[in-house]
Order: sequence, then C-alpha cells, then structure tokens
Amino acid sequence: MSALQLIRKRLLGLLVVVLGVSVITFTVSHLIPGDPARLIAGEKATEEIVQNIRVQLGLDQPLHIQYFSYLKNLLSGDLGTSIRTTQPVLDDLAAFFPATLELAIVALLFASVVGIPLGVLSAVYKDKPLDHFVRLISVTGISTPAFWLGLGVILVFYGKLGMLPGGGRIGEGLAPQLNATGFYLIDTLLEGNFSGFISALKHIALPAFTLGFVHLGVVARQIRSSMLEQLQEDYIRTAKASGASKWSIIFKQALPNALIPSVTVIGLALGDLLYGAVLTETVFAWPGMGAYVVNSIQALDFPAVMGFAIVVSFAYVIVNLIVDLVYMLIDPRISGVN
Amino acid sequence: MDSRTVLSIKDLSIEFPLYEGTLKALNGVSLTVKQGEIVGIVGESGSGKSITAMMTMRLLGEGSYRVRTGSIDMLGVDILKASEKEICELRGGDVAMIFQEPMTALNPTRKVGKQMVDVIRRHQRVSKGQAEEIAAGLLSDMHFADPEDILARYPFELSGGMRQRVLIALAFSCNPKVIIADEPTTALDVTVQKQVLMLLKKMAAERKTAILFITHDMAVVSQFCDRVYVMYAGSLIESGSTRKVLHSPRHPYTRGLLAALPETAAPGTQLKSIPGSVPDLSKLPVGCAFQSRCSQSSEKCHQKPALAEAPQTDAHLCACWHPLTDLEAVA
Amino acid sequence: MNVSTEHPIASIEEVKSQRSKRIGYFFYRVRKSPLTLLGASIILFMLCVMLFAPWLATHDPNAIDLMKRLQPPSAAHWFGTDEVGRDIYSRVVFGSQQSISVGFFVVGVAGVVGTLVGCFSGSVGGRIDGLIMRLTDTILSVPSLVLTMALAAALGASLFNAMLAITLVRIPYYVRLARGQALGIREMGYVKAARTFGASRWHIVRWHIVRNALPPVVVQATLDIGGTILVAAALGFIGLGAQQPTAEWGTMVATGRNYILDHWWYSLFPGLAILITSTSFNLFGDGIRDILDPKQRGK
Repeated sequence: MSALQLIRKRLLGLLVVVLGVSVITFTVSHLIPGDPARLIAGEKATEEIVQNIRVQLGLDQPLHIQYFSYLKNLLSGDLGTSIRTTQPVLDDLAAFFPATLELAIVALLFASVVGIPLGVLSAVYKDKPLDHFVRLISVTGISTPAFWLGLGVILVFYGKLGMLPGGGRIGEGLAPQLNATGFYLIDTLLEGNFSGFISALKHIALPAFTLGFVHLGVVARQIRSSMLEQLQEDYIRTAKASGASKWSIIFKQALPNALIPSVTVIGLALGDLLYGAVLTETVFAWPGMGAYVVNSIQALDFPAVMGFAIVVSFAYVIVNLIVDLVYMLIDPRISGVN
Repeated sequence: MDSRTVLSIKDLSIEFPLYEGTLKALNGVSLTVKQGEIVGIVGESGSGKSITAMMTMRLLGEGSYRVRTGSIDMLGVDILKASEKEICELRGGDVAMIFQEPMTALNPTRKVGKQMVDVIRRHQRVSKGQAEEIAAGLLSDMHFADPEDILARYPFELSGGMRQRVLIALAFSCNPKVIIADEPTTALDVTVQKQVLMLLKKMAAERKTAILFITHDMAVVSQFCDRVYVMYAGSLIESGSTRKVLHSPRHPYTRGLLAALPETAAPGTQLKSIPGSVPDLSKLPVGCAFQSRCSQSSEKCHQKPALAEAPQTDAHLCACWHPLTDLEAVA
Repeated sequence: MNVSTEHPIASIEEVKSQRSKRIGYFFYRVRKSPLTLLGASIILFMLCVMLFAPWLATHDPNAIDLMKRLQPPSAAHWFGTDEVGRDIYSRVVFGSQQSISVGFFVVGVAGVVGTLVGCFSGSVGGRIDGLIMRLTDTILSVPSLVLTMALAAALGASLFNAMLAITLVRIPYYVRLARGQALGIREMGYVKAARTFGASRWHIVRWHIVRNALPPVVVQATLDIGGTILVAAALGFIGLGAQQPTAEWGTMVATGRNYILDHWWYSLFPGLAILITSTSFNLFGDGIRDILDPKQRGK
C-alpha cells in the first residue's frame, strides 16, 4: 500500500469514527434525566426563560433534527457551546489540548525509556527470576489506579521531601509568552527562559511519571513478546554461529527488528494516554483536557464531553496515521526496495 | 589425536528434560572429521543429526539440554568446557556454519553487504573498505555476476538459491578450517541444489576446508561426501566410506533407507518403505533402537550393539548383532 | 485453541486419557509459572476476605466516633481512622465486597451477553451480522473510559449505575471476540458435519459454537476483572460511583485525598487494596492466556 492510499484509508476511517462517536455521545447525552436548559438558566429562573434557552439551543426540536443540526455544525468545525463555561467547546479544548499532549508525550517517553530495557531483559532471561520480576512490575503498572499513585507521589515528593511541586503546569509568572508549540518545555527554551523550563520540567515530572508508570507495562510486554519472537528467528542463529556475542546479537540484531512492530503498539499507546490522562490530570490539577472533561461530566455538560470524545478520536486516528507512515519508513521490506 | 583430525566427538550423550520425561536425543555418538574431508551424517528427521551439528559449536540454548557423557574437540578446543569468549572466536572464524533455511537465515532488515562486513570485521583486522572488497570477492567466487549490487540489497530481494550462495560466501569469509553444513540445500529446487553443492565442494577443495554435512538425502550423500555416518534415534549405527556404505550396507536400517529411494525402484513397482516409525526418544527401548522395525531382530537385540567393524570389511563400522552380508545388502 | 478434530473416531478411553493429560499439562505449566500461582493465591485470599468480612472486621465499618477522628494506625485501628472516626481496616475489608462483586458482575453479564450476541451474530451471518458488527464497531470507536464516565454520569451517580455503565461499554468487546471465534469454528469440519447430519441451527450454536468459543472468552474475562475493578474505583474517585457512606475503595481514596498531606494512611490502604486485587486478577489472567496460547505450546 502506498502512503497516499494509506492516508485515504485512514481519513475515511476517521469519518466513520466521527460519525460513530457523535451518534453514541449524542444518544448518551439525551439519556440525561436533567434538563440542560434548566441547568444553564439556574434554579431560580422562570419557566419562560428556560423555554427561551431551550428554543435558542434547539432543544425543542425532535431528536433527529437536533442530531443533524449538530452533525452539520460538527462538519463545519463547530463543536457547540459548553454549558458550564459558556465558551465554544472547540476554543476550550484548543486551549487545553497542548497541555494534555505534552503530558502524554513525556509520559510515553518515560514509559519507553524504562519499558524497552525492561522488556529486553525480560525476554533474554525468559522464565528466570528477572523475567518474573519484570513481568510483575509490568502487571503492577497496568493494575495501578493512577489517581492513587498520583496521590502517593504528591505525598512523598511534595509533602514529605518538598522536592517537586504538587500540582499545576509551571511556576507563577514563568509561563512562556511565546506560543510556538503550546508545549511549555519547548516554548520556554525557545524564548531562552531557562528558569521557566526548569519549572515546567519539575511540574511535569510527577504527572508524567504517574501516567507513564501505568503504561510502562504495556511497553515492556510488547517489547518482551516481540523480542522473544525475534530471538527465535533463524538469522539470530546465523549471527550466533558467525561468532557475534550474546549482547551484540540482542542489541544490534534482535532489538532493532523487534522495535519495528513495536512502533505501532507504542505509538497507539499515545492515543490511549491522551484520554488516559483524564484521572492523572485531575489529581495534579494539570490544566489539560482531562481535568476539563471530568469537570464537564460532573456538571452534565454534554456538548463539552462530546467535543472531547470527538477531539480525542480525531487525535487517535491522526496518531494511527503517523504511526503507519513511520512504520513504512523504518521497515526496509516496505520502504527499501531499490 | 591424529594431527590431521579437525573435529572429534567422543561418546556424546545429550538429553532434554521435558514435561513428558527425558528426551534422549544423543546416545553415545563418536565421530571424527579430518582436514579437508567431507563427512556426511545421514538420517531421518528427529534422528539427532541436527543436534549433533549444533552441539559441535554449542549452539543449542544454554540450559535447555544436559550433557550426560562425552566430549567434543574442535581444532584443539574442548567445546563443552570452553568459555563463551573462546567459542565466539571459533564461531565464524575457524569454524563456520551453513543452515537449512536460506530464506530466513539472514537478518531481514540489514543489507547483505553490512551483514557480511560485520562478520569479516569480527574476525579479521581490516578496514570497512577492505572488508567490502573481501565480501565482493567471495560473492564473485560464488558465481554472482554483479557482487557490488548484491551487497547493496536486502535479503528479501534475493531468491532462495541466491541467499544460500550468500550464506556460503559468508561461511567462507574468514577462511574456516571446518564448515558445519546442516541440510544446506534441502529448501532449494533440485537444479539449484546441484549448483550450490558443486560450488560448495569446489570452494572447500580449493581451501582444504573440512565439511561436516548433515542431510536426510542419500542421493546428495553419494554425490558429495567422502565418508558417511548413518544415524538412527540418537545413535550412529553405521559408518564408512560413502561407496561402501551405499553399495553394501551392513545395517538393516541403512539398507531400508536405500531401498526406499525412488531412484532404486524399478519403474512401475511400488516404493519400499521401512515398516513402523521412529521410536519416541523419551521412551527408547532397551538395546537396539531399531529392533521393533527390524526383520532380523532377535533376543540378542535387547542389548545395545556397539559400533564395531563389520565382518569382512575394512574400516566399515556397523552397530548391529546381525550385520548383513554382501549378498543380503543388495537384496 | 487447539480443538482436536483429527481423530473423530477416538475411543472414549482415549479421549479421557487425552483430556487428563491436557489437564495435567495445564497444572504443570501453572506450577512452572510462579506469577500465575501468586495471582491465584491472592485471588483466593481476597475472596475469603470478601466472604468472611463480618468476622474479619474489627469494627462496624460505618460506626462513627468523632472523638477518634483521623487517628494514625495503631493496635486498636490497624489502618487508622477516617475523618469521622470510622475504622479504615474494617472499611477496607468490607470494601472488598463492593469492588470484587462489581468485577464479577460486570464481567459475568458483559461476558455472557456479549458471547451470546457474538456467537449468534457470527453463526447467522448476513445482514443481521453486518448490523450488529456496525453497532459494536461504533461503540468501540469511542474512548472507553470517557464513554463509561459519560454513561455513568447520565444514568446518575450510584454504584449500580456505574456497574451498568461499565457493563454496557464492555459488551461489544465480547461480541467481537466471540463472533471471531464463531466464524472460525463455523468453518471447521465437525460443525459442517453436524450440519449435514441435519442438526438444527440452534443446536449447532448451543453445542458447538458457544462451547468452543468459550475458552478465549474466559481468558479475556479473567483479564477484564482486574481492569473493571480499576475503572469502578476510578468512577468512585471522581464521584460517579458508590456514594458515602458506603465503604468502597475508590470513594475512600477520593475522600482521603483531602487529607493526604497529613493523614497518609487514609488513602494508602484502600488504594493498596485496589492495586493488589487488580494485580492478582491480571497476573492470573496473563498466566492462563500464556498457557492456553497455542504459540507457547510445546516449547
């Protein structure tokens, strides 16, 4: 498949996903026993005012008409208006998205830097105590309630040791003026604001560790199984028979090949991290989409929840596409034909 | 040990502990290979011939097997006791291996040139450019018209026969004294097979390289080997010069194998086969492993026969209480 | 799964001995895998805690004693007390009833409903199958945690609604899994043979397809219990699950959060309980999957 075909396929898939997400969230949002118009107007408003809001929001229309008007707006890039913040949902999410993406990327980096070596060791020492130990860590990671781990590291590193901040994204007055990428770690560096960079780094350390720890197991497991597969291949035996040492075979031959299929899995983990960040962000008061959506859910602000689901699904498909393209690039069996 | 002996295996017994019991893969195997000699080990799959080949370079997964008895001497190195470093120096240097699966035996994501240069530079102090020259020279010896082009290719861009020639070139890259070839031509077409075998034989003759050649194919043995060992259920049951073993086999099993060859059957007649099947290596019978399938078996076969010189022969060994005579051998 | 179809005329003794051999091999593999054993033992332990909670608890989990607010762990209160003086140890012990039963309920209902729908869908094929698959794919395309939270919020915050929400979101996974199995099995020789013998469609679905689709579903279900306990706790944490004063682990961690800096024990013990329970089910599920995975066989 050529890159172009791939992009076309993914975009078509995106359309299906957006349709699906909108149908489901729309259905769910209309299951609410409460009345959104009443929520907006407040407890004390007269029935007349409530009725006005209802007409204004189109809530007096039959459901399918409401859905199609929502869909029409959606396709023109309008995700509706948040009931809670009274801002356009797209603006709200756009403001929060970079923080979530930054956290997810740093968490994924942490998970990979720790998870890949663990996975390699686990595969090399299959069924030995070290393997059991690594698998125990992986499973523990997957089984850890992120919100609880977050509290734990806040208690230790902020409460007891006072080494790291317990919440937020950057120290007061240090936020970058520049908004080139939306990532504080990059923007502060670009404007030469080193104390801002250090502060941003300190702020992201605990949430990224928490979120990354949960996904460390996913990475380690994937690397383990694809390393085991590679280590059984015949070319490993050829390398061994030609005198290559054990670790040179593992790192120079097996690992690069094991990483190729793992790129897909690890890349897709970024998609999971985007919405997996929901709870971590809440605990660390991280100003991202996750905290925003939790507040919206608790306020029954469904336009915001729907908007979030759609944005995340969109990001998921894009990540998928990027991962596929990277895969094509690094596997010579697909890209390297002379 | 004879100074010309390059490989000597003495009384080697290997077993694999498994859930179902202990798999007795090799039972007292002794063999020698001399300088420049081509020696075959022939047997059915599961007879232990590949395990013997792997053991000569200690390539089986450490910890998966147990050595019960025996020793292996490869070019003066005690293989079973040597350190990992000593073994790595031998592997690919003085001793090279060629395997059965040319399609998968090369790393799929690295170019042929890089893989060859890696091996050459692992054992010889040469620059990258020199290593590339050596690699190209070897490939042209293996009858590749455009070696530079091959070096720049990925393995998946080559055919099976081409890959096997690359693997043979790789095996010769450090001028080995011994090559262990485990069914190197089995996966290839018959015509390609012949071409590859001839190349291998020519290269070995020019460089006085000894080859231990593992195969299940009697026809290949007859074209290729100076001497042959016949293996059955983890034991060597017959050995001698290829001509003697193939023309006047002494062991009933060898005769059965030869009779089963399509080439020996007259047109229109049914192919002969050996009744029964190879015994389960975890439940070997006491005595001769072939007794249950053998037409000659008697009470005596409950004791294990040693590999000894058969009557009226010269250096033709056979492990059987009832060795065949010349007359029977042809029948 | 390796379904032995090669010897349809095997005698009963042979089948029995093969089966006992397979079971023997299964236990051999379990013994060789300490983590699976560890998981199984913790599960057993937690089940005992759940069943014998009234006897294991040292206090009434809901007894308020304002004189003993937020006391650190001591001989009288092993895990300390909470902001109204309830014994945290007893609340953690009773909390096992909530969390573990949520796990079993969700996986049980979602597994059974999903498997039946999936097998049905896979065996009838055609337009109905297409429709069911379209529907499950749609649900699967929404981020599951967000969908669960939204459903739970829409239904109204309570433990039962949280359970319902998790179940509804999990069903499509089982539908897809069981359908895949059913499609594979439908084409196998012995089901075709049954059809030629005139077995009715329902007989085939019941006897052949459901029974053979079961093993992978059971493995998935074991793995899911751990995940479900986590999600239920997460819902409790953001206030969409069990409500006060019910002793539920996630809710306890959430309340403890307000006191985290000076009263570490409050959140620690219920969170640890979630971690240990969820880990044990994941270890066990993981181990079983490895053992039943045909790729791992014979190595």
